[in-house]
Amino acid sequence: MAKFHIPKSNRPVPLLEPRIAALTALMFAVFGLVSVRLYYLQVLHHQENVELADRNRIRIQRVPAPRGLVFDRNHRPLVDTKPSFDAQLVPEDSDNLSLTIERLERYTGGDQIAGKISDADEAGRPPYEPVTVAERLGWQQVVALEAHQLELPGVSLQITPARHYLYGQLAAHLLGYVGEVTKNDLIQKADYRMGDEIGKFGLERVWESSLRGDAGGQEIEVDAVGRRLRVLKEIADKPGESIVMTIDLNLQQAAEQAMAGKNGAFVALDPRNGDVLAMVSHPAFDPDIFGGGVKASAWRELTTDPNHPLQNRVTQGIYPPGSTFKIVDTIAGLQEGTLNPDTAYNCPGGLWFGGREYHCWRKQGHGTVELHDAIVRSCDVYFYNVGERLGVDRIAKWSNQLGLGIKSGIDLDHENPGTIPSSAWKQKRFHERWYPAETLSVAIGQGYVATTPLQMAQVAAQVANGGIRYRPQFVKYVEGLDGNIAKSYPPAIENRIKIDPDDLEVVKDAMADVVNGAGGTAHKAHLDDVIVCGKTGTAQVVGSSAPVGESEADDKTPDQFKDHAWFIAFAPKDHPTIAAACIIEHGGHGGSASAPVIHDVFQRYFQLNPPPPKPEIARVLEDASPSQ
Amino acid sequence: MAGGDRRFILHFDWTLFILVFALAGIGLVSVISASYAGAHRTWDPLVIRQLIWIAGGTVAMLIAVLVDYRTLQAYAYPFYVVVIGLLIAVMISGHATGGSRRWINLGAFHLEPSELAKLAVVLVMVRYLREEPPKGGWGLRHLIIPFILLGIPAALVLKQPDLGTGLILVLITITLVFVGGLNLRTMLVLAIAAMLAAPLSWHYLKPYQRQRMVSFINPQADPLGSGYHIIQSEIAIGAGGPFGKGFLNGTQARLNFLPEQSTDFIFAVFAEEFGLAGALLLLTLYASVIARGAWIARHARDRFGALLAVGLTAIVFWQVAVNIGMATGMLPVVGITLPLVSYGGSSLIAMMAAMGILISINTRRYLF
Repeated sequence: MAKFHIPKSNRPVPLLEPRIAALTALMFAVFGLVSVRLYYLQVLHHQENVELADRNRIRIQRVPAPRGLVFDRNHRPLVDTKPSFDAQLVPEDSDNLSLTIERLERYTGGDQIAGKISDADEAGRPPYEPVTVAERLGWQQVVALEAHQLELPGVSLQITPARHYLYGQLAAHLLGYVGEVTKNDLIQKADYRMGDEIGKFGLERVWESSLRGDAGGQEIEVDAVGRRLRVLKEIADKPGESIVMTIDLNLQQAAEQAMAGKNGAFVALDPRNGDVLAMVSHPAFDPDIFGGGVKASAWRELTTDPNHPLQNRVTQGIYPPGSTFKIVDTIAGLQEGTLNPDTAYNCPGGLWFGGREYHCWRKQGHGTVELHDAIVRSCDVYFYNVGERLGVDRIAKWSNQLGLGIKSGIDLDHENPGTIPSSAWKQKRFHERWYPAETLSVAIGQGYVATTPLQMAQVAAQVANGGIRYRPQFVKYVEGLDGNIAKSYPPAIENRIKIDPDDLEVVKDAMADVVNGAGGTAHKAHLDDVIVCGKTGTAQVVGSSAPVGESEADDKTPDQFKDHAWFIAFAPKDHPTIAAACIIEHGGHGGSASAPVIHDVFQRYFQLNPPPPKPEIARVLEDASPSQ
Repeated sequence: MAGGDRRFILHFDWTLFILVFALAGIGLVSVISASYAGAHRTWDPLVIRQLIWIAGGTVAMLIAVLVDYRTLQAYAYPFYVVVIGLLIAVMISGHATGGSRRWINLGAFHLEPSELAKLAVVLVMVRYLREEPPKGGWGLRHLIIPFILLGIPAALVLKQPDLGTGLILVLITITLVFVGGLNLRTMLVLAIAAMLAAPLSWHYLKPYQRQRMVSFINPQADPLGSGYHIIQSEIAIGAGGPFGKGFLNGTQARLNFLPEQSTDFIFAVFAEEFGLAGALLLLTLYASVIARGAWIARHARDRFGALLAVGLTAIVFWQVAVNIGMATGMLPVVGITLPLVSYGGSSLIAMMAAMGILISINTRRYLF
């Protein structure tokens, strides 16, 4: 007790002092190092780490905007959206995933569910993020899923807006279809996410940016395993804009009906501005089946169908124009001065040229004919002569002027420009000079000549409007969300040729008599109240894709060797408001197969748009013209 | 002893006592943050239990203060044997969590003997080293017994496997042998030998431990796997910034992005919410404990007390260094608690008892 006071200098552990001091120094040095590290993380890299922390916890849930609607020219809806049931699966919630998938496939009849999950995982799906495994479920499937809910852990039903084509196959090639974005789309387009819908074809594809709108979204706070805790922020979506088309639903329906059961194409234009009034390509497809992932079997069926239902024959199908091309010859001849209305040739039923005979379709011949009759009766020999005098290059020049051999510029993908041969073209293509005899085939729209139905409708429209070639348009305007016009598409003139009004009148007269006159080839297109002008054509199938020799042995259908039937027309004769082209594949003769289609459509058109009562003076002129 | 009682109160080490509760308070706050699940929930049972551990720790600390530390010399080896027995018991019938057996289930309490092992190793080491070293310091042959004393518990702990505690046992032994008077040349030889042996130890690591080493060198090599802990911890600390996100506003912990957030990674929880300012405060508190420990060692009445103070301080220091080093990505991930702060009864009670012994050493230099 007495020695509790210890002098400081006499510590019991002096030996330990230096090492304790060294140790303490080391410890403080380590703490200093830690402080530097903390400064680095918390001050120098603070912002970066805040962002990383937010990225950890905040997940953006996109809500795709409802797609814009599509209307016809009279604002009648053609395409809208309707609720559809989708099945979603959270793989993490299923303890026996393969069994769940197996059952799900049984109840929904779906396939590739495992593939969809692995695709989603590959694309970086965070845990607990649902995968849409089956879309557009039918009522039966929804009931089956509801009834077996307990056997399907992790599966839920979700209602999403789905594209709906109100009239099924109507104008399918023009409207196009939507589908799920592909991996390729995702690479190219930054603002798309897996599972988004995207326009794949037709209007849906070309007007994608207007129709799509801006996706909204929710910022959702999630925990480390991905469970959703709360919505932090909501961004409203902006629905897509609507499209008002130039087509007329009633007219389109009439055209679809007239083309029912036939393979081919029909297109009607307004010659005053290039508006597409109706467009049909048969066979068609049901655009509804593409939404929400087309089934592999259905897709295979569509792509392997020998009739190519996915092809838009109006813009992608090329056919020899046959006798409809005589209108082009006529304009070329009149413009070049190698032909005038009085020019006469004798038709004995064929023409000897270069050592072989070129037949007229009428074996007994037409005798001596002038231009008017040559058009009305479609005399081949007459146009062999017209073509020979013009030469192929001048035919090509005027064909191009009229829009043949070049793209029309319509806003549809993969338009085929067709082929208009010339000597330069042949040199380039075959490294061979042009033989004059080949010009004869060209003159009657055979040989190398190939055109689309749309191009031939444009030829008819240019005769109708006196030589103005409008770019065909099928969208009138884009309608903004406020109902106002967000973007309109005024008529666009691609080319204009000056045709002497008298010459033009000769052509129109002749085309009127094709339909209405004695000896005309298209009486079936006749209307009582309106003078329809037209020209038939027959495109020989020989040498086309259908092989002639062997298919005879196949003995499938004799239709396969029938020629394609063309008819191009416009009406009324004066101040025309509609021009059209129709081709029926293997339809035989244009007058019997295609003219009735145009008859039906034009009849409907004039019911819907009655022509103004004919002024007396017009009647007088009409009466006068056939007597020429 | 009547006069001693007055002096006992007079010379009680209030500094250390307050530091301990300041740290335990920070720990409680951090455990609340780590277990917070939104305002609608009542307090997590974890918080209640931590409060109970603090209370229990306080009792343990006061008992340690009352006990004359010199009597510990007599109990050092028996205590050591008991702890070894517990470690063996853990191996046989331990309670496994997360792939390793570390706990003995005592009903209400899961005892973690490796927390006691640190105290036991310090005690026996100091007991052995209390003799004055020969002239020139301890040589290699003197280290055989310390090596055995370290080896047995270290092997048992590593077997659990608990790499962190094993590492701490090694570090505190080195510290004590160094301060206790190791011959400097011997130390150099040992250091070189250790460096050469380091690559060999790779073969004895478990695959997940190797993975941690790889992740430490390059966390981005496997960001969702073994690199995950380091990355998430660094993000949490860095996101805290200079002044933190504020109490209960840390998202990394609340949304469970941080692993082991109430134990091994509690520093990240605290640093996210209280920022650099909070982290430096915490470091300052630890530095004060260490400085106080060093001061107590230098002023201890005898060699045993001085070395004991060094050993106990070394436990605190090494655990803090390894734990924060790991949380900030300076060291590979090894499971180690942050003394007095991390959630856990064994660790908290053992650490508070250790602080009690320190206070006892300081108080008693006036008593005899």
